[in-house]
Amino acid sequence: MIALLLILIPLISGLVTFFTKSERDAKSWSLFASILVLMVAFAGVSGYFDSQLFFDTAWVPSLGARFSIGLDGMGKMLCLLNAIAFSVVFASAYQNHYKKPAEFYALMLLMQTGLMGVFLSTDALLFYFFWELALIPAYFLCSSWGGEKRIAVTFKFFIYTFIGSLLMLVGILYVYFKTPGHSFALESFYQAKLSISEENFAFWLFFIAFAIKMPIFPFHTWQPDAYEQAPTSVTMILSGVMVKMGLFAVIRWLFPVFPHAALNYSHVIIILCVTGMLYASFIAIRQDDIKRLIAYSSIAHIGLMCAAFFTSEQVGMQGVMIQMFNHGINVIGLWIVADLIENQLGTRKLSELGGLATKAPTLAILLVIMALANIALPLTNSFVGEFMMFNGLFNYNVWVAAVAGISIILAAVYTLNMIQKVLYGITSLATDDAGDITTGPKIMMIVLVIVVIVLGVYPQPMLQLTNDTVQTALNKFHL
Amino acid sequence: MNAIILSASLGVLMMFCSFLVKNKNTFRHIASVGLLVLLIANIADTYGYTMFSINTYGMLSFNRFGMLFNSIAIASTLIYVLLTGREIEKTGSYVAEYFTLIFFVLCGIALLSSYSNLLTLFLGIEIMSIPLYILTGSDKRNMKSNEAALKYFLMGAFSTGLMLMGIALTYGGTGTFNLEAAPRTFLYIYKGVASFLEILGLLFLLVSMAFKVSAAPFHFWTPDVYDGAPSVFTSFMATVVKAAGFIAFIKLCAVRMHETGGAVDWNMIFAILIVSTLLVGNITAVFQQSVKRMLAYSSIAQAGFMLLALISLNDIAYEGILLYSAAYSLATIGIFAVLVKMKDYTFEGYNGLSKTQPALAAANTIFLLSLSGIPLTAGFFAKYYMLAAVVKTGSYLWLVIVAVLFAAVSVYYYFRLIQSMYFKEGTPETEEITPSFKYGIIALAAVIIILGIFPSLITYWLYF
Repeated sequence: MIALLLILIPLISGLVTFFTKSERDAKSWSLFASILVLMVAFAGVSGYFDSQLFFDTAWVPSLGARFSIGLDGMGKMLCLLNAIAFSVVFASAYQNHYKKPAEFYALMLLMQTGLMGVFLSTDALLFYFFWELALIPAYFLCSSWGGEKRIAVTFKFFIYTFIGSLLMLVGILYVYFKTPGHSFALESFYQAKLSISEENFAFWLFFIAFAIKMPIFPFHTWQPDAYEQAPTSVTMILSGVMVKMGLFAVIRWLFPVFPHAALNYSHVIIILCVTGMLYASFIAIRQDDIKRLIAYSSIAHIGLMCAAFFTSEQVGMQGVMIQMFNHGINVIGLWIVADLIENQLGTRKLSELGGLATKAPTLAILLVIMALANIALPLTNSFVGEFMMFNGLFNYNVWVAAVAGISIILAAVYTLNMIQKVLYGITSLATDDAGDITTGPKIMMIVLVIVVIVLGVYPQPMLQLTNDTVQTALNKFHL
Repeated sequence: MNAIILSASLGVLMMFCSFLVKNKNTFRHIASVGLLVLLIANIADTYGYTMFSINTYGMLSFNRFGMLFNSIAIASTLIYVLLTGREIEKTGSYVAEYFTLIFFVLCGIALLSSYSNLLTLFLGIEIMSIPLYILTGSDKRNMKSNEAALKYFLMGAFSTGLMLMGIALTYGGTGTFNLEAAPRTFLYIYKGVASFLEILGLLFLLVSMAFKVSAAPFHFWTPDVYDGAPSVFTSFMATVVKAAGFIAFIKLCAVRMHETGGAVDWNMIFAILIVSTLLVGNITAVFQQSVKRMLAYSSIAQAGFMLLALISLNDIAYEGILLYSAAYSLATIGIFAVLVKMKDYTFEGYNGLSKTQPALAAANTIFLLSLSGIPLTAGFFAKYYMLAAVVKTGSYLWLVIVAVLFAAVSVYYYFRLIQSMYFKEGTPETEEITPSFKYGIIALAAVIIILGIFPSLITYWLYF
């Protein structure tokens, strides 16, 4: 029931939002719906409704596809992240004005539906369905409300991910005909009888789709442009939640289905990830646009998560789990700050900013905390995750850990450089008459900061929540 | 049987209407009612209530698959007439005759879905094609329409010639016109090897069928004919008629080519046809400036996908070809219905349609999403079935990967139209759009979404 509600609430409210007349209605209705989803997600995580987490009914009987959804530990965590992300985004966008507000908010809610579906599906065909459904609203959102080059950039993003998902569809079909009794259920996929060479082949069909979504070097070229051109509210979702789809899919649909191939190719993939981390970090240092900087830093972080998972070390995988959540929170916080700066000052170029610390002290404090969380300083939530992931990488191979470790230093370089250029120095033309942030965004940012610090000091509940998923993946290896 | 006889007699009835009924506006209502009657009669026939019991001496054989396809074809035609009936009236002054010809085409289709003899195959193809030559040239003061009709006729005549030649040769090889149960001992050197004559005849037949479904490299007539013909009739030709060609083709493959599979690797020939069709259709469509011409090439590209059924020929393929026919026909009829309302057929002509006609733009987007195979639309499951059928055979996986990559290419030109409608500024000029048309097109979009969630709504009837 919980699972069904998580899909139905955003779906229905999204469809209703299409028909709202005024901007105020659309905004308050979607905010209300997202808070409702958040409450349901909390109920799911709380553990009081554990008997209600699954829903299953016939869908296309002749194909053996069922509408079956459910929540495991990782699913709970990501659904919660998804719910938090949308509530925060709607709240932070409350003062923004979008043309055609009804369509904007409706598409946002439909995107949430798609994302929820991806995290909830336990049927491969249904998973593919939602995987694509999350993409379509994103396409329309970015193309209609984005920046100047939005049409071409979004189209590139769309084609990239669409090619990936079509290959995944072939992979799904391929595995489907190897499952006992031809079924799309997750359980039968785990039992599919594939020879080593078949696994190796099907592994890549899936992995390319997920690698494009995450994105992993060299499939990342769509990402910085798309993040830059998309409206900031959408960018928050893209980087906070949507890239987690790729990681999530690797953990649920790739690793346990093709354990041998995953071990086979783990070296290749870890090397790709580490290369991407360094590459993205170096590029991030040279960026002048805050949005592009965060985009590249996001590539580096995701690369680390993917690499740590492919080490198949328990501690590293646990780290990935909590880092998925934490990275989502942190990156959304950073985007909100970027949005606040852009909305107030009309620019997000580092070279045109400066001296904001004296003009907007609260904003400065919040930005610093978020930035420090981004470079995983102790006491912030990312520290725990990154520590565990590096631990895993270290156990896997010292040299890989050492090379990947360089990216931590580089992260400090570009993040602190950003702080310096935005907050300190002399005020520029743009920041001369800047004021501090208003109460609404302030409260929201403070909530995020509290989450950052609490999870940094006490990550245990997160670890417990996702323990079962890690165990499932590991059990497949030790068979 | 009901569909064949009734469609022919309804055609004759429409012909009489042309001088018995004075008011031109009533023709399309009569035609709609006629189609509805035809649909009901065909459904009744599917469940054993046949009005005519005629001994066809094994020339025709009726089965659930063919009947269901008839229903899909008739229903699509009904939707087509309801949506674009007004435009048919505007094409020329012989309104009743156009409807007559459409009924005759349906008669040909009903023959094609039930033939079990090469002669009835020939009859069906001709009954279906000849009215189309006329419809293509129906805008007789337009040079392009005349050119298209002449081109279509000449090329069509050529392919008919090949088909007859092929039938004659296979007769020489097997000694029978029957599709099935060819006496395999006659003129056979030893068991398992088909005679040279039969193989050559089948090759000729394959070429002429490939011509009818516009598979590359036999597609050259398609863009010119589809572009030159009045848009309303292009819509009909590119959808219902094309799907019927596939039904005939798949039957021929399932029996004759399957039986001679030991001597010729037909699947490899089909694979080459599929790859070249996908390549030509998709790549050329990318470069089109006119939406109508883009749709012509897109119909070639979609044919490439439908051809996948010829390789797999399993139960999924049969379900799939029906679903594909329905999904593709409905979506394309919808896009053409919007197209004929536009004054400018280029992509620029659609710029800003979402502002002036939001309902039309939204429905058109759903049709385009369906053609590109995005989930939640009928087109996704259509493509899905085609791919699944081939994966199930266990071979030709490379073909599946090629097909999905070309499906990704197709997104380029379908989404270009969406971009024009939604993200570009402009004031598109349209004909007058009535509320009933608007509701009709929204209902069609809704049908496509419903089929996209529950594809078993169609495949179910294959078994019950």
